[in-house]
Amino acid sequence: MTIETVFLMVFALGALTGAVAMFFLRHPMRVALALIGTMVSLAAIYAQLGMHVIAVFQVLIYVGAVMVFMIYAIMLLDVRDRSFTERFSPLLVAGLAGLLLLLGVLIDGLLRGQPFPAVDVPPDAFSVGTFAIVFMEQFWVYFALTAVLLLVAEIAASAVIDIRRRGQDVAAAQAERGNDRG
Amino acid sequence: MTVDDTTFLLALSGMLFALGLVGVIVRRNLLVMLMFLELMLNGVILSLVVFTQLLGAEAGAVLVFLVFVVAAAEIAIAVPILLLLVRTGRTLDPGAYAGLKG
Repeated sequence: MTIETVFLMVFALGALTGAVAMFFLRHPMRVALALIGTMVSLAAIYAQLGMHVIAVFQVLIYVGAVMVFMIYAIMLLDVRDRSFTERFSPLLVAGLAGLLLLLGVLIDGLLRGQPFPAVDVPPDAFSVGTFAIVFMEQFWVYFALTAVLLLVAEIAASAVIDIRRRGQDVAAAQAERGNDRG
Repeated sequence: MTVDDTTFLLALSGMLFALGLVGVIVRRNLLVMLMFLELMLNGVILSLVVFTQLLGAEAGAVLVFLVFVVAAAEIAIAVPILLLLVRTGRTLDPGAYAGLKG
């Protein structure tokens, strides 16, 4: 067993521990911290595989943007209702049975599957420079399309919030008119 | 990366996906369910990265980057929708919104 394999196993164990801990932790903030642990372990695995660009994106975008946003939402919504006191839904037993079934199918598929073909990959195939050149030469149109789609989605989200606000304004005006008549 | 490492990482990817899927089903908090969705996506991205590295395909790395961007936008839209829901229903229990029919 090489040292790379040992590192892979350590980080994989870290990722799996975080994912399992997410099940049992009650407070959403602790669940978020466990998920951050999983994401950082996955970034370490990507770096170990030589995919440094992806590892940096994983930390920057997932841990740095997505999870920070999620933590803001958790701080804003500190609701202590039934969703806090009761961790699991009535589907717990069915969900765990589904998990065992899924894991069984997965292990069976991996044990029966054919070995993957080995391909000679140059050591700098996924360096930042190579990625940047390939990205800007071949895939910039896709990125521009993604950016446009994201813009449309953001406008749609703003529209949803605006409709909601207008609805509340109309309801408030109607209530005020009712009070004046009374 | 050896063949054994590949199989090992694909198994990890499948486990993360399965744990995320079951977490979405069994947990009762909308925010936690959203985090389990992210866990599922991370499992899928891990398998994508493993195959990209195995085949030496740069297009796979670009696809992973685009998936990261879309995931960030997805969460930026999902959280405001969640905030609106909680302002209306005052709860994070998905059972309270069973009356929503689109």
